[in-house]
Amino acid sequence: MTKILVCMKQVPQKDAPLKLNEAGTWIREDVSYEVNEPDAFALEEALRQKEKHSGEVVVITAGPTRAQQVLREALAKGADRAIHLEDNAFVGLDAYNTARAFGAAIKDEKFDLIFTGLQSDDYGYAQTGVILAELLGWPHATIIMQIEKSDSGIRVKRELEAGYFQFVDMPLPAVLTIQSGINKLRYATLIGIKQAKNKPLRKVTLAEVQSAVGDNLQKIERLYIPQKTKNTEFLEGPPAEVAKKLVEKLRNEIRVL
Amino acid sequence: MPDNILVLAEQREGKLNRVSWETLTAGQSLAAEVGWMLEAAVVGSGVTNLASEIAGKKVAKVFAIESPKLEPYTPDAFVTALKQFLSSHPAKLVLMPHTYQVRDFVPKLATTMGRTAITDCVGYSKNGDKLLFTRQMFQGKLAADVSFACDAPWFVTFQNGAFRGDKVEAGSSTAPVETVTVDIPDSVIRTKPQAVFKEAKQAVDLTQAEIIVAIGRGIKEQKNIEIAKQLAEALGGEIAASRPICDSGWLPMDRQIGSSGQTVAPKLYLALGISGAIQHIVGMKGARTIVAINKDSEAPIFEIADYAVVGNLFDIVPPLIEEIKKAKAGG
Repeated sequence: MTKILVCMKQVPQKDAPLKLNEAGTWIREDVSYEVNEPDAFALEEALRQKEKHSGEVVVITAGPTRAQQVLREALAKGADRAIHLEDNAFVGLDAYNTARAFGAAIKDEKFDLIFTGLQSDDYGYAQTGVILAELLGWPHATIIMQIEKSDSGIRVKRELEAGYFQFVDMPLPAVLTIQSGINKLRYATLIGIKQAKNKPLRKVTLAEVQSAVGDNLQKIERLYIPQKTKNTEFLEGPPAEVAKKLVEKLRNEIRVL
Repeated sequence: MPDNILVLAEQREGKLNRVSWETLTAGQSLAAEVGWMLEAAVVGSGVTNLASEIAGKKVAKVFAIESPKLEPYTPDAFVTALKQFLSSHPAKLVLMPHTYQVRDFVPKLATTMGRTAITDCVGYSKNGDKLLFTRQMFQGKLAADVSFACDAPWFVTFQNGAFRGDKVEAGSSTAPVETVTVDIPDSVIRTKPQAVFKEAKQAVDLTQAEIIVAIGRGIKEQKNIEIAKQLAEALGGEIAASRPICDSGWLPMDRQIGSSGQTVAPKLYLALGISGAIQHIVGMKGARTIVAINKDSEAPIFEIADYAVVGNLFDIVPPLIEEIKKAKAGG
């Protein structure tokens, strides 16, 4: 029996055009959202662990009402229940306070494992999981590509840089941050989508976790479109013409032809 | 005592990582700008000689933070060592390279000290007295200037390639080296790492390729890889890909470019349908010329491209192959 919590996040869709808000501190919220990709792999891994060892998979997210979509999808894929820290204010929390809020929301639960994606596609902190581990007093391992049960806990495969890997033995409970590509994602089935409607989804208000959340320790002073460091030459026209222009560059400027 | 900056250099198997020099360059330029003292440290077992190597550079002092328990790396031992060190040698600003190892321990270190880390920064600036660190957000589509809203120590990690390691300044005299032995009880280390290994012999060494045609999600389907291969062949180059393509098994893992794959610097890098997430860009931004074809005009790859084509790769690549063949035939 393994009880696994998967921390998930809703982020703007990969190719969604982003616009800045008037204050230049965040994006305008009228974009399409999707589940943070590494989190989808974390969920898939939790579902696979449950299928192997039995147990329970719980998903948690923090964000406004729209973020519930991520939980609904996870329930449709096979998660057993969901926790939604529902408030727009959660979007602006730094990694430390997000981890504090998660910690407060699960204080009466007893998990064996907590998974997060290795980083989010919006902030890209790559910190929340490791911070949560420290707050809970649990060991952690990051950028995980494989998880096996062992006599004393688990053996995980960490990805290192430049094609290197390493196995690490660790006790439970533990927090793991999951690398994209650890598994093949499943699709929700029609029956799964139907069943999801009856699965428990606990809502947690900001007030319930407020005492755990403090001022952000770091502050985004300004968000902006990055200044180009390169002089990019855009080649325009119909495809045949662009192809000719590009070949001209390949021959005379880049000199590879 | 003036405020100080501590650069934590990273080493593996008795050698300083190349990115450590980049972080030292960042530290030197920051120190010069804010007038703070610059110190450096290496963490590990038997690292005094590495500390001496850094002492030849322009730094006030170098520490070797020593314990046999620091080899092999575990986050528990590293955090224990650094917390101990920082309590006896306070630093205002701690700079590190944004490596997989630093990512693994720095959030824990900052949290245990009640502080925060601004990670994966590409630069810094000053606004009055306030230090701002620039980081990429939304996969590089936007940038943010981030400040610390808590007391020191402030932890910052810099992205691979954000500063030039070859620009590190030598010192006018050798800096003093101090060995600080830290005490790490066995009981704090909860994880047991095994030996580091490589999955399989890397069949392809893309680092030597002069021309690389790389594909990303924009290729849509496995069967479409064929036209990218034809383009690579016409150019006499190698085919490569961003991570999602290799994750899907459409190309073998040894064709992957980026932080978890190979780092390349070819004469020509032709990116097809690659959006340009940070993890990919760190593996190819050293290319002499970058040509990007992508239908999304806001794709971050265009930020670093020398030549850009906004359009459907399936419309552009076939005539491109024909034109290249013509050119090669002497047309």
